[in-house]
Amino acid sequence: MSAPQTGLQFDGVALAVFTVLFLLVAVMGFLASRWRRPTDIMHLDEWGLGGRSFGTFIAWFLLGGDVFTAYTCIAVPALVFGVGALGFFAVPYTIMVWPIIFLFLPRLWSVSHRHGYVTTADFVGGRHGSRALTLAVAITGILATMPYIALQLVGIQVCLDVMGVGGGPDTPWIVREMPLFVAFALLAAYTYSAGLRAPAMIAFVKDTLIYLVIAVSILYLPAKLGGWEHIFATAGEKLAKTNPNTGKPLGGLLLSDKQIWPYCTLGFGSALALFIYPHSVTAVLSTKNRNVIRRNTVLLPMYTVLLGMIALLGLMALCAGVTTGGNNSLSVPLLFKQHFPSWFTGVAFAAIGIGALVPAAIMSIAAANLFTRNVYRAFISPNATPAAETQVSKVSSLLLKFGALVFVLALDKSFAIQFQLLGGIWVMQTFPALVFGLYTRWFHRRALLVGWFVGMVYGTATSYFVPAPGKPGTHFGGQIAEIPMLGEAGYIALTAFALNVLVAVVLTPIFRSFKMAEGVDETNPSDYEADAGDAGVAQDLPTH
Amino acid sequence: MTNRTRYMLAAPLLGAPIVALLMPGIYNRTEPTFAGFPFFYWYQLLWVLITMCTMGAAYLLVVPAQKAQKGRGEK
Repeated sequence: MSAPQTGLQFDGVALAVFTVLFLLVAVMGFLASRWRRPTDIMHLDEWGLGGRSFGTFIAWFLLGGDVFTAYTCIAVPALVFGVGALGFFAVPYTIMVWPIIFLFLPRLWSVSHRHGYVTTADFVGGRHGSRALTLAVAITGILATMPYIALQLVGIQVCLDVMGVGGGPDTPWIVREMPLFVAFALLAAYTYSAGLRAPAMIAFVKDTLIYLVIAVSILYLPAKLGGWEHIFATAGEKLAKTNPNTGKPLGGLLLSDKQIWPYCTLGFGSALALFIYPHSVTAVLSTKNRNVIRRNTVLLPMYTVLLGMIALLGLMALCAGVTTGGNNSLSVPLLFKQHFPSWFTGVAFAAIGIGALVPAAIMSIAAANLFTRNVYRAFISPNATPAAETQVSKVSSLLLKFGALVFVLALDKSFAIQFQLLGGIWVMQTFPALVFGLYTRWFHRRALLVGWFVGMVYGTATSYFVPAPGKPGTHFGGQIAEIPMLGEAGYIALTAFALNVLVAVVLTPIFRSFKMAEGVDETNPSDYEADAGDAGVAQDLPTH
Repeated sequence: MTNRTRYMLAAPLLGAPIVALLMPGIYNRTEPTFAGFPFFYWYQLLWVLITMCTMGAAYLLVVPAQKAQKGRGEK
């Protein structure tokens, strides 16, 4: 990792505040195993889904902490800092997501509760009766989640760097990375012992801190920088400057004609994909009845307001003349460091650092559950007891986090980012089997599988040929490519998804006419409307 | 209100934010500004608040309809 850059002096006060808050949270994480104490934690419904008991209030914190990650807090303003209006797509994205999930998540909740499903792949397997499709969904989910965990650690690292922790380039590697190791070890230990209860409890602290920091930034910084009008005007001037790499303007306060399609497809595509990520589904399935999630779609847009404000920090950083030396991820941390007193910088960085712990914990639990249920139990040990399952999940969540750490330390950071962008494209390809599956069995299971495969290959290949801006010949440089036959540029995930659906629609009647086996559907229509208290949705869930 | 009416009313409430945001043609402009914010920015932020209201209304419409349906044993 790059050592602290020029001007990143060691800031002892900030680091002290950061450390105290971080340790406080670690203690909470360990205590969480006693919170709403289950009779037996060695069950995936307990360790992996917090006893499926969370109400509206806890679910709001958990989902917010899960979806609006530390990396988001760094990456969204970094993009706005770099290109202006296009980066603001995060706002329409996180608005459109609420009506979309209002429709399909209650159905997923109901069918999962009646059948004791823990993962999306569990549902896909039960609905379509295809082991191959189940495995495809599980592997896609794990692959998409891993780089996401890695990026949370990158979020912590950025804050540590800006605080000047770790010394200069001459410091031995092991000393430089020590703080990250410690943060990571604490995270791993309490997730192992408390499961999903740990991030649920920490989410309270995380969100309180983030709302506080953003409220202060939005009230204090504009006054200091000369008012909103001045911020927009100055940021606009800076964005109009020519990018030496491409010979074009850096960006603008409004979208250029060429950015209209990318803006819409990025927003809509990301909104479709967000709640089929394993970690989102894990949080949704931990709620105690069908309507918790719907009630939350009314309240969760609060986080969209927050994200909008965070995006605007990118413009403030432009106005304040922050120089990032090419690493735009540093824009907001540097803005905080330059304009806040040291102790509040510590609070702000703790908010980002703790903000990394919540999603990292949930993501590792979600991916571990996928591995346990849909790889280990499905293919290795079909008769595993709930306790054995939970043990496998606990250990694999450790391994996943360790993998993410190695990812961040051993490989170039940009590789994690590229991999995460690919993950978004991949996870989108599980949408037909999962979400269409909640409404219809019309699609043939093999057609869904071929559609998934075509979408994965098209998405990966197309991304491979996208060069980084101003660097022809490079690969995986972005998420935007020309949409075939339309001549406009769009989000690759959405194009791949359209192709995926097209293939599934064309192949379904063909496979059916050849009388290929349909697979057994273990669900029935009433399962999709079931609520807590109904028959089969009892307190003691069926143990698979 | 019949269940059918409830669902018919909820649909546009859910669709409105998506339609409003998938047409950048109408909001990709600077004027009118509001409190220093170009239209592009305040229009989208305003839609967050509108969405909270439409989601709340859709929730109030849909949940009783579901309960009524289950009560009658319709699936």
